[in-house]
Amino acid sequence: MTRAPAISFSGAPSSRWLFLRPRRNVLPGFGIAMGYTLLYLSLIVLIPLAGLLIKAGQLSSGEFWATISSPQVVAAYRVSLGAAALAAVINGTFGLLVAWVMVRYTFPLRRFFDALIDVPFALPTAVAGLTFADLYSSAGFNYATSNAGIVVVLTFVGLPFVVRTVQPVLQELSSDYEEAARSLGASRFYTFRRVIFPQLLPAWLAGLALAFARAIGEYGSVIFIAGNIPGQSQIAPMQIVTKLDDFRYAEATAIAVVLLAISLTILLAINGIEWWTRRRM
Amino acid sequence: MRYVLIIIAIVFLTLFVIVPLANVMTRALSAGVDAYVRVFHAPEPDTSIPFRERRQETREHANAQKTWSAIRMTLGIAAVAVPLNMLFGVAAAWAIAKFRFRGRALLISLIDLPFSVSPVVAGLIFVLLFGRQGWLGEWATNFTWSWPTLSWSGFEQSLWPIAVQMERHVGIIFTPLAMLIATVFVTFPFVARTLIPLMEAQGTDEELAAATLGAGGWQIFRRVTLPNIKWGLLYGVILCSARAMGEFGAVSVVAGHLDANNTIPLRVEQLWMEPAHGVHAAFAVASILMLLAIVTLVLKTAVEWASRAQSVTSSRA
Repeated sequence: MTRAPAISFSGAPSSRWLFLRPRRNVLPGFGIAMGYTLLYLSLIVLIPLAGLLIKAGQLSSGEFWATISSPQVVAAYRVSLGAAALAAVINGTFGLLVAWVMVRYTFPLRRFFDALIDVPFALPTAVAGLTFADLYSSAGFNYATSNAGIVVVLTFVGLPFVVRTVQPVLQELSSDYEEAARSLGASRFYTFRRVIFPQLLPAWLAGLALAFARAIGEYGSVIFIAGNIPGQSQIAPMQIVTKLDDFRYAEATAIAVVLLAISLTILLAINGIEWWTRRRM
Repeated sequence: MRYVLIIIAIVFLTLFVIVPLANVMTRALSAGVDAYVRVFHAPEPDTSIPFRERRQETREHANAQKTWSAIRMTLGIAAVAVPLNMLFGVAAAWAIAKFRFRGRALLISLIDLPFSVSPVVAGLIFVLLFGRQGWLGEWATNFTWSWPTLSWSGFEQSLWPIAVQMERHVGIIFTPLAMLIATVFVTFPFVARTLIPLMEAQGTDEELAAATLGAGGWQIFRRVTLPNIKWGLLYGVILCSARAMGEFGAVSVVAGHLDANNTIPLRVEQLWMEPAHGVHAAFAVASILMLLAIVTLVLKTAVEWASRAQSVTSSRA
């Protein structure tokens, strides 16, 4: 970080907005760049989101709770959260393993498998849902009766998150502590458990949280493979779509607001983890 | 021990990535290469043959038309959404990375917002805004706009074979305009998120030097900033396009299950839900998306490689 220069550049040709007054900004173009940014954000994000919140506010709290606590909606939340949690745990375990293998070991086609990890990021969700639904049914499972297919698809969708958050940390890990532990007689597993993993913990948790958040809101891939029976195998986003199709905007908003609240909580948790990590450093 | 771990990792990746991808191609070609091609290109059968005999060809022709209109819709939306988002990304990154102001962190979080919102909720937001009972419902239902549509007019009439016509539309929700806005919402962070750390890491030194040498705003941007960020910009644009073309949830909510409002992912769902087309149809269209994903990954790797090569040579210089 360069220190601020001792001479202050007065007469900076920038915006005069009081609350956004830039300090010591010499470069031109702040006004126009900031103006366009704020305009775009307002039109695309802020106004629509405000619309959602206002609509949610228009519901009486009675209506709100009635919608949220109706058995179908509760079941949908249960399915969404449960499947997402399970998928996140699977990704947490295998993601850690895959990251470890990619960083620590060399084997033929390692780069190829490393590139494979990014596929769920790039593959459109409809394709993922389609092919997993097909594989699932040809393997003999009936996805109308079991929610395991949802977990499978959510695992696919969240696969890169844990691996890609843990991999850089693992790579940057200095071997000093490990070597010290080994020289003091620790077994490999003990070294992993007490020396390596604590250093990976924040990144691993962040990856888990990201995978979980992604899985909760996932829609495109799940609707191919879910039984979509209300009360049993319907995910929360599907409930929202059903309500929208019936033009029950208020109820759809209620469900969406809860989903949004959950996502934002997870986002805050991730930021909290990052803040906690930085404090530890 | 290490071999066990390696094998587990390889098996996991094979099961979850290679097998599904291979399945798409296998299923797409399960009815033969001919059927695969006919999903996209089925010439209109001769109308002199009685309908009973040309029923299948007619159906295939109609389906191929619908599939092609879905492809055109997807490309059209991406062609508008990506440049808009690119402009936004550059502007936002310029404002955020090169200047210090209060509320910077909030702005960055706002830009990250679409990532934490479920696509269905994103679609819902716009339905609430533009829908009949929505906030701007009155204005939105009577809003007219024109959209250029491209059609192939052949080389007979003029040298340029693509004809452009302006089509008028009314209303926002359940039209391509809403689909465009929903796509923009879901994809606008990509370019900004790639550029902001990049431009922050590059700092303001070079731009300040240019300013002291008398360069004006656009000159600084064009001659100093743009060459430095070109790989990051390309990377962001690649991710943005891939996501724009593959987006399903938000577009599905806002398109209203209308045949005219199909994009490629929506067409995949439509073909899957109607087994009369044959299993291979949905997979054939899905194979385009899979190809898109593979091209995206290849381009992404190429850009990463090129930018690393560039930074190595510039640091050596």
